[in-house]
Amino acid sequence: MKTNTILNLALSLIVISFNVHAASKAHLDHADTDISNTASLQNGAKLFMNYCSGCHAISFMRYNRIGKDLGLSDELVAENLMFAGNKPGETITTAMPEDAAAKWFGVMPPDLSLVARSKGTDWIYTYLRSFYEDESRIFGVNNPVLVNASMPDVLWSLKQGQSEVEFDQNVRDITNFLDYVGEPSKLIRLKLGKWVLLFLGILFILAYLLKKEYWKDVKYGIWRPRD
Amino acid sequence: MKNKQSWIDQRFPLTKVFNEHLAEYYTPRNFNLWYFFGGLAMLMLGMQLLTGIFLTMHYKPDSAYAFASVEYIMRDVEWGWLIRYLHSVGASAFFVVIYLHMFRALLYGSYKGPRELIWILGMLLYVALMAEAFFGYVLPWGQMSFWGAQVIISLFGSVPVIGPDLLVWLLGDYAVGDAALNRFFSLHVIALPLILVVLVFLHIVALHTVGSNNPDGIEIKKNKDNDGIPKDGIPFHPYYTVKDIMGVVAFLWLLCAVVFYAPALNGYFLEHANFIEANPLKTPEHIAPLWYLTPFYSVLRAIPPMFGSQFPGVLAMGAAILILFALPWLDRSPVKSIRYRSPIYKWVLGVFVISFIMLGWLGVQPVTPLNALLARVFTALYFAFFILMPWYTSIGKTKEVPERVAG
Repeated sequence: MKTNTILNLALSLIVISFNVHAASKAHLDHADTDISNTASLQNGAKLFMNYCSGCHAISFMRYNRIGKDLGLSDELVAENLMFAGNKPGETITTAMPEDAAAKWFGVMPPDLSLVARSKGTDWIYTYLRSFYEDESRIFGVNNPVLVNASMPDVLWSLKQGQSEVEFDQNVRDITNFLDYVGEPSKLIRLKLGKWVLLFLGILFILAYLLKKEYWKDVKYGIWRPRD
Repeated sequence: MKNKQSWIDQRFPLTKVFNEHLAEYYTPRNFNLWYFFGGLAMLMLGMQLLTGIFLTMHYKPDSAYAFASVEYIMRDVEWGWLIRYLHSVGASAFFVVIYLHMFRALLYGSYKGPRELIWILGMLLYVALMAEAFFGYVLPWGQMSFWGAQVIISLFGSVPVIGPDLLVWLLGDYAVGDAALNRFFSLHVIALPLILVVLVFLHIVALHTVGSNNPDGIEIKKNKDNDGIPKDGIPFHPYYTVKDIMGVVAFLWLLCAVVFYAPALNGYFLEHANFIEANPLKTPEHIAPLWYLTPFYSVLRAIPPMFGSQFPGVLAMGAAILILFALPWLDRSPVKSIRYRSPIYKWVLGVFVISFIMLGWLGVQPVTPLNALLARVFTALYFAFFILMPWYTSIGKTKEVPERVAG
């Protein structure tokens, strides 16, 4: 993970690290998620399915892909993550009818398959922790990250009886899970990357030695045209 | 083996072509780092074609399915994520390589006679590549795909008199939609790749006719030995083939570092808003093309609308690209390479590079009064580089160019 961080840092420095994220005025806390932490992803999956999936689909994601990537058998997935009685190979949709959703929330709750890619993990992490009471809003809460969001503070019940540290960790796990959902191949991408770079690094040494050997002719001026 | 070779040679000039273009193609022996990028550009073209073939197998050019089909590639197609990232990072890498390749020409005066035609063909390649990249960026049908297409296509609508009709003709509809997506797909996977391949072929034929320039800007063909071989030349194969293999591996290392560790490169290679499906009813707060087009986008924005029309800005943007074609005839310097040019040229080139980078940077920034002013200043400097070139390249003291290449 450390090498990944360093590489990321170096690469961002190359482009002078101007963040072209969709401008969000509110200050965002650092989510500090770690996609290689399977326990965190499993907890995030559980929390997401319990607290979020009633309204939000992640329709590009399949149940059994989560099972495969997070080390859960189809039975475990069915027991703990599948509440709608779907088949393991199906994508994770929501049972909420769109017209009803429009009546209840004013808008269909968005699909969250790619929210980590469009908004970023810091945004999700901060948003979920930033609800405050606001009597003027229909659900009695508002949020500085997404002002006048038509979403209730669904994690309120989770927050009860938890310390701030525990709650933050749970939100971090949900965020981590959504980061994974945004790009499941990230798991293999990060693992595979170092081997690819190692291979190319060794290949470079060989290519360099080959070039050096051939270029001795040029260096010592002993190259002669063929007869 | 020998038999087979002669069998083919009687029917096709295989050995002749191999010798003329590789084994007995004499290349200056003093190429430096800047001379890797032409070969790397060909590598990128090959990689884009290859990955593109596999993406086309799974992508659906239909505004109802396009966005989901890209995610399908990213998730359900075996190794689809790698093929897609190689293609999307590859597009940016292609431009990195091309910009460095073009800058090499500026450094060493490679566009100057007798290589004017190589430069012209190269510029045509550059324009075709920009079109190819633009059409490709529309295909994932995200918010930036859609709104970027909207902005670029609307430029044609600003043409006086025929604008509105031209727009409908180009789009096949009154707005960017399914019809536009389908034709952009067709242009992206057939028309422009064909044009690119043909132009690359012509670019190389022209290059091999006059031979490569080099960091000293010396014509090695002026100094030949008794066998008619340039004294400062070495056969391209094996010397530059082994050197280019080394360059290719180093380049692939950098490419893979991005592909595996930062494929979106913080929104520079894949914009964040492009992970939201195109929505014609919801304009994003901030629309910017990808980084490689932003210098020209800045020029467009720098020119204020005149008589209620954006057309002057469009003309300026077009001129910013077209003026590059004239470079061989604007440069009056008696020497080619920066090594022997006057100090004035070095300063001017430095200012030009800063202007181009600043225009690119401003292109991704929101418009503020300060940014607009800066864009105008750098646009003026950009054009000044070309317009004043006949003057500043003919003054100042150049150094004497040696007979033979250095090193």
